[in-house]
Amino acid sequence: MSGELVKLLSDLKEPEALQFVESALAKGVDPMTLLEDAKQGMSIVGERFAKGDYFIPDLMFSGEILKGIVKMLEPHLKTAEKTERLGKVVVGTVAGDIHNIGKDLVVFMLDVSGFEVLDLGIDVPAQKFVDAVRESGSKIIGLSGFLTLAFDSMKKTVDAIQEAGLRNKVKIMIGGGQIDEQVRNYTGADAYGRDAVAAVQLAKGWIGG
Amino acid sequence: MEKKWEAMSADEKQEAQFQKLLTPKDPQGNDLKFQSPEAEAAYKASIIRIKDAVQLKKTPDRVPLTLLPSMYPFISAGMTVQEAMYDYGKCAAAFKKFILEFKPDMHIGAAQAGPGKFYEILDYKLYKWPGHGVAPEHSYQCIEDEYMKAEEYDLLITDPSFYFRNFYLPRVFGALEGFTMLPPPTGILEIYGVAFSFIPYALPPVQGTFKALFEAGAEALKWAMAMGGLNAELASLGFPNILGGFTKAPFDTIGDTLRGTKGIIMDMYRQPDKLLKALETLTPIMIGMGLGAAQQTGNPVIFMPLHKGADGFLSDEQFKKFYWPMFRAVMMGLIEGGCIPFPALEGHWGSRLNVIQDIPKGKTMWMVDQTDMAKAKETLGKNACLIGNVSSSMLKLGTVQDVKDYVKKLIDTAGKGGGFIVGNGAFFDEAKPENVKAMADAAREYGVYK
Repeated sequence: MSGELVKLLSDLKEPEALQFVESALAKGVDPMTLLEDAKQGMSIVGERFAKGDYFIPDLMFSGEILKGIVKMLEPHLKTAEKTERLGKVVVGTVAGDIHNIGKDLVVFMLDVSGFEVLDLGIDVPAQKFVDAVRESGSKIIGLSGFLTLAFDSMKKTVDAIQEAGLRNKVKIMIGGGQIDEQVRNYTGADAYGRDAVAAVQLAKGWIGG
Repeated sequence: MEKKWEAMSADEKQEAQFQKLLTPKDPQGNDLKFQSPEAEAAYKASIIRIKDAVQLKKTPDRVPLTLLPSMYPFISAGMTVQEAMYDYGKCAAAFKKFILEFKPDMHIGAAQAGPGKFYEILDYKLYKWPGHGVAPEHSYQCIEDEYMKAEEYDLLITDPSFYFRNFYLPRVFGALEGFTMLPPPTGILEIYGVAFSFIPYALPPVQGTFKALFEAGAEALKWAMAMGGLNAELASLGFPNILGGFTKAPFDTIGDTLRGTKGIIMDMYRQPDKLLKALETLTPIMIGMGLGAAQQTGNPVIFMPLHKGADGFLSDEQFKKFYWPMFRAVMMGLIEGGCIPFPALEGHWGSRLNVIQDIPKGKTMWMVDQTDMAKAKETLGKNACLIGNVSSSMLKLGTVQDVKDYVKKLIDTAGKGGGFIVGNGAFFDEAKPENVKAMADAAREYGVYK
């Protein structure tokens, strides 16, 4: 029965949601319907988050439940379903810095918010960001960094994008432990975000949503 | 008549600790010889200043100054972080120069660089450090992973020490692989069967681990001698290190290096009861870690770096359920033992202030990173001494005037009525030397209470 999976997922009932999918599949329910319900559940999660009822851990957990559901549905889906995406975002931790917790949160949040994320990983040289933008045509870059050394790496990355003639084609946002308006100004980025939620808001403000 | 330690109240213990700080010893346990009467006077004035700032009973003569750098003293001395980690003499010399230049009322020593060779001997996998995964000029950085598996809570809860030795330590130190073969020491009870428990010590992997331990211990001691010598020398010159050791909020103990951020977040939903039980199990252990360190070093201040309680990670409800009760219990245990908890609110903590202000007055000092200091003063600051809030970005990118103006503003708001120590908000690697000087100068220029 439609609607139940929407509720189970949006209320973060993991075992119940997985159980529901399992028995629905056994009963011959169309896997596409289940996938649609799961997506609807996720959008309710997003709404609750926007209203302040849900927090980052709730989002991360809903993402895990969704992963479990998709894994069960995948063998039953005939064609790989292409989801509509808001746009592409290139994200990475800048050169010299190998911290990934904040960067991973941003990647996750952008992903569940409907963006296609190209995660370049950690300790990413400036040129790699330039190449990724060229190849993907992405209009947004997110630079992450935890250490003070990241200030200079971010600046170098922004400079490299400028030198590659791409600066007016992309918006650049930065974030991480010690990043603030002063650092944004120093690096020449367009904006800084205090947390993963801010990154999503910035991205949506720039290209969609 | 002198009261026995055990019979003292928390107040009396804290007072006794400050008295002990006022009569410092050298590493041999004799009364410390100051290098001049001025050095002795400066040392004692600094301790009294910090005592007044912490206890909140009266305003100090002026706002005390502290400097809590990460790799800055070494980088600014022109050496790489790698050199500071491998040449203990160079490390100590750079730190001494740093302290003599800025003359803080308290410092926490040069242990932040740590002994590089020691990490090599034990094949430390939890971090990358200069020459081992990061460039020579950069600081070491942590590799987050699930070093404890989701299904291992029962093992941790049943016997934390056994779990740490046989599971966690071999995963983060390659050279401690032999620990996986050791039986629990609690099985050693009576003559029948006692020898069985010792058979593993004959096995080559276990013997290899013990050989590495002997070598690592010798290296750690060599490093500690250099750091201890530095502290004693700085004290004799009038600059106290009051740090006694460190411990953690139990949620961070599990969330930082055992289960990792994602792991512990999933556990809050999938196995909340086990997580709670583990947090409760670790609470007295974290208290013991702080008290033990204070006893060993003779210093009462116990640093607590706080991570996953910051704004944004947990919901208010989760913070109140999984983070705060055990964190508070650790602070209370330390306070009852005569220690001064020194938590660092890393990142932003504005949404937690109303909760964390519920602590006994005059017993703690808090390093404030980016939380709004005026709001912190109105809440937490009613009961606790606040430190810091000069940001890493300002120290590296701001002007001398920016720093001076900001420190003055901090003194006017957070310094009102005492209970404030000027300092940086986060451990910094890079900064303009003139900005560090501006912070120190501003504390002395604007911080005098009239």
